[in-house]
Amino acid sequence: MFERLRDFWQEARQLRDLGVLGMNERNLSFIGRHNPRSRFPLVDNKLQTKLLAKDYEIATPELLGVIRHQAEIAQFTRMTQGHQGFAIKPAKGSGGKGILVVCRSQGDRFQKASGEWITRHQVERHLSNLISGLYSLGGHPDVAIIESLIVSVSAFEDFTFEGVPDIRVVVYRGYPVMAMMRLSTHASDGKANLHQGAIGVGIDLNTGKAVRGVQFDRPVTHHPDTGKSLNALAIEDWPQLLALAARCYDMTRLGYIGVDLVLDASRGPLLLELNARPGLAIQLANACGLKPRLASIDNFCDQIKGPELGSQQRVEVACQYFK
Amino acid sequence: MKRYASSLTWTALVLVLLGVIHSWWRVEVHDVSLFPGSQYEYWDVEARVELQAHGQPVKVTLTLPQTQPGYVLQAEHTASPGYGVNIESDQGRRVIWTTRQAQGEQWLYYRVQFRVDPQRHPPPLGVVPAINEVRWSEPLSVAASQLLHQAWQASADTFSLANNLTHLLADANNQNAQMLLSEMSAAEAMVRLLNEAEIPARLLSGLRLEDGRRRQSLQPLVQVFATDHTWRLFSVSPAQGAPQDYLLWQQTAGPILEVEGGSDSRVSFSMLSTREPASSGGHASVARDALMNLSIHSLPIAEQAVFKTLLLLPVGALVVVFFRVLIGLRTSGTFMPVLIALAFLEMSWLPGLITFLLIVSIGLVLRQLLAYLNLLLVARVAVVIVCVIGLMAFMAVISFHAGINTGMQVTLFPMIILAWTIERMSILWEEEGPKEVMIQGAGSLITASAAFVVMDHMLIRYWLFNFPGMQLIVMAMILLVGSYTGYRLLELWRFRPLVTASSSRSDDV
Repeated sequence: MFERLRDFWQEARQLRDLGVLGMNERNLSFIGRHNPRSRFPLVDNKLQTKLLAKDYEIATPELLGVIRHQAEIAQFTRMTQGHQGFAIKPAKGSGGKGILVVCRSQGDRFQKASGEWITRHQVERHLSNLISGLYSLGGHPDVAIIESLIVSVSAFEDFTFEGVPDIRVVVYRGYPVMAMMRLSTHASDGKANLHQGAIGVGIDLNTGKAVRGVQFDRPVTHHPDTGKSLNALAIEDWPQLLALAARCYDMTRLGYIGVDLVLDASRGPLLLELNARPGLAIQLANACGLKPRLASIDNFCDQIKGPELGSQQRVEVACQYFK
Repeated sequence: MKRYASSLTWTALVLVLLGVIHSWWRVEVHDVSLFPGSQYEYWDVEARVELQAHGQPVKVTLTLPQTQPGYVLQAEHTASPGYGVNIESDQGRRVIWTTRQAQGEQWLYYRVQFRVDPQRHPPPLGVVPAINEVRWSEPLSVAASQLLHQAWQASADTFSLANNLTHLLADANNQNAQMLLSEMSAAEAMVRLLNEAEIPARLLSGLRLEDGRRRQSLQPLVQVFATDHTWRLFSVSPAQGAPQDYLLWQQTAGPILEVEGGSDSRVSFSMLSTREPASSGGHASVARDALMNLSIHSLPIAEQAVFKTLLLLPVGALVVVFFRVLIGLRTSGTFMPVLIALAFLEMSWLPGLITFLLIVSIGLVLRQLLAYLNLLLVARVAVVIVCVIGLMAFMAVISFHAGINTGMQVTLFPMIILAWTIERMSILWEEEGPKEVMIQGAGSLITASAAFVVMDHMLIRYWLFNFPGMQLIVMAMILLVGSYTGYRLLELWRFRPLVTASSSRSDDV
C-alpha cells in the first residue's frame, strides 16, 4: 500500500520536474486567470470568430453563406453556385460534430469526402437538424455556416486518412509556445480529434519539422493507415503560420488559446477555429512539458515596459526561447 | 498567486476554527456527546391537527399515547396559539384544545418524546374489554366459522390462534377471508372472529415508527388478551411490519380525534429518531432554550427530518470534488453522483445500483427509438421522463408480484435526474461512442458508491446532524481541494510516456 503511494508520489515528482501541465493547474492558473469569461463567445461561436477574423485581416476559409432559418434551407444551392465542393458547419458545434464536407456536386447529387453520393434532400435534412440544434452544445438552436472547400497541400497526402490535417498552436499571452499537427486516421473516422483516435505530431517551433507522434496518448512512429514514417513530416511556410496564430491573440485578447490552422493549396495558411480550453495532449506529442515555456513567457512579459510587442516580434522571441 | 493561496488558507482555517468552536459549544453547553455510543435512543413524534373553523367556538379532543412496553414517555408539549389547553388523564389520556372563536384553517400541534427501552415491562393493563356477542349475516357466518376452525386447528394457545388469523386474513387466495373482507376491514374482522372464539380483543390505533417520515397516519392494531391477563399486539397485514415497530397511540378503544365547531379535520404524524446522552434532559432542554439555541434542533420535527438528509449533501459534494479533482474520474453531470447516492441511501446500495442500471439501460434503448422522431431537446427529455415513470411503475408492479420488497421503492429514485442521465448518456453515445458512455457511467457509479459509503457511515451521519459546525469544516476541505493545482491520479498514467521518454533519453547519455 505504502509502496504504491510512494510510487505515485515519485511519478508526480518526475512529471513536475519535467514541467508537465495538469488539468487542475491549466484550469486554475491559466484558463481561469487569462481567459475572461465574457470573451468566450468569440471563440465558441465559429461565425463570430470568422467575422472578427475578417476585421483583423486574418485569412479563413471563404464564407459562402450563412443559413439562420429553416425557410432559407431550400436556397442553399444559390450560395454554393460556382463551387464544386463546400463544407457545412454548425456555428456552435464542438469536436468536429455536424460537419458535412461535399467534394463534388452534380445537379442534385453531392459526393461526400468518403466518396458516398447523397441526394439534395439529405443535405437539406442535415441543414434542418443542424439549425434545430442537434449538433450544438446543449442543443440550443444554431446557424449553419457554408464554407468553400479546403484543398489539402499535396505534401501531406500520405500523412492523413480522408480528412485534411490541421495544425494546433497553443498561444500564451500572444506568444506561440507549442505546436502539433493532427492527422486523421481510420480510427478517428477522418476527423482530426485526438481523443477519437487521430494522431498528434509535435512540431518544432523553429523548424516546422516533426518531433514525434502519439495516438491515444501513446507514442507511434508510423501512420497506421498509410504506413508513412511520421519523422518525415515537415511544414512549409512555418513562420507565416506562427505569425497567423500569434495574431489571433490580438483579435480575441484571450491569454491562453489553442489556434487551429490549415494549409490550403491555393490560399496558404487559414484560421479554422479557436479554442479557449485547449487540451493537454500537445505535451505528449512534443515529449515536453508546457510549464517551463509558459513560465519563461511570463518572465519575458514582466520585463517589457510600455506597449506590447507586435505579432511578428512575438514569434521571433518565441522561436528564440524554444530552440 | 501567493496572495490568493494565503487568503484561501486563512479562510479555510477560520472556517475550521468556527466549526470546531461551535461543535465544542454543542458538546459542553448542550451536552451532546461526541460519539453516539453511550446514549439513549429517542423518538420524537409530532401530531398535527388540521381543521376548518367557521367563526364558532371550537373544541378539539385528541387522544394521547402513554408509557407502554418498549417506550417510556419523556416529555410532551403542545403548540396552539389562541387555544386553551387541558390534558386529561383519567379515562385514557387526552388533550383538549378550546377556543371561543376561530375562523379559517387551524393548525394544532402536539409533540411528544419517547425513550426506547426494550427492558421495560408491560404496565398493568387497564380494563379487559368485554366480549361482544357477534352476529354475522347468513353467508358470512359460514365463512367465519370455517376460518376460525382452520385457525383453531393449527394453534396451541390464544396468541398462536390470533397469529394464524392474521395470516389467513392476509391470504389473497383464501375465499372465506376475502368474503369477510368485502364487508369489513381486516382489523374489524379479526376482532369479531376472536370475540366469537370467546377471546377478549379490541381495535387500537398505532403509529409505525420509521425515521424521518412525515405526514403519516395511524394504522389499526388488534390487542389480544390471554386468559392470564397478558396481552399482545397484532398488525393485521404482514406488509405493515412487526407490531414491535409500532407506538400504540391509545390504550382504550375509541376515536382518536373529536372536533366540535369545525369541519374537514384530520391529524397527521411526523417522527424522527435521535440519540442523546443519558444525562441530558432530552426534549425538555431543547424546548427550554429554543431561542438561545438557533439550531435546526429547535425546528418542528417535520422540518428536522428533511434536514437530516439535506445536511448529508455537503459530504457527498466533497466526495465528488475529491474524485474529480484529485483522481480525475469523469462523471456524467457534475453533481449527479450525489443525487444517485441519495437514492442509494433510500434503497440501500445493491438494489439501488441494479435498479439504476436497469432503468438507464432500458431508457437508452427507448431514447434511441425516439431519435427517429427528430424532436427538440426539451420535448425529448420530457418524453424520456414519461417513459422513465412508466418504467418505474412497471418495475414496481413486477417486483411486487415477484415478492421483492425493494422494487416498491423505485419510486424514490429522482426521476428527473434519471431522465437527464439517459439523455446525456445517449448524446454521449452518439457523439463519442459506447466507450465514453461506459467510462462516464462507471465514473458516476463509482463516485456515487463512494459518496454513499461516506454518507451512510453512522458516525458521519451523527456528526453532521448533531454538530452543524461540521458543515464549515466540510466547506473548508472543499476550499482546499478546490485550489489544488497538482496532478490528478489518472494524469500520472496519461503522461507516463513522458516520464519513460525522458528517463530513456538520460540513459542514452
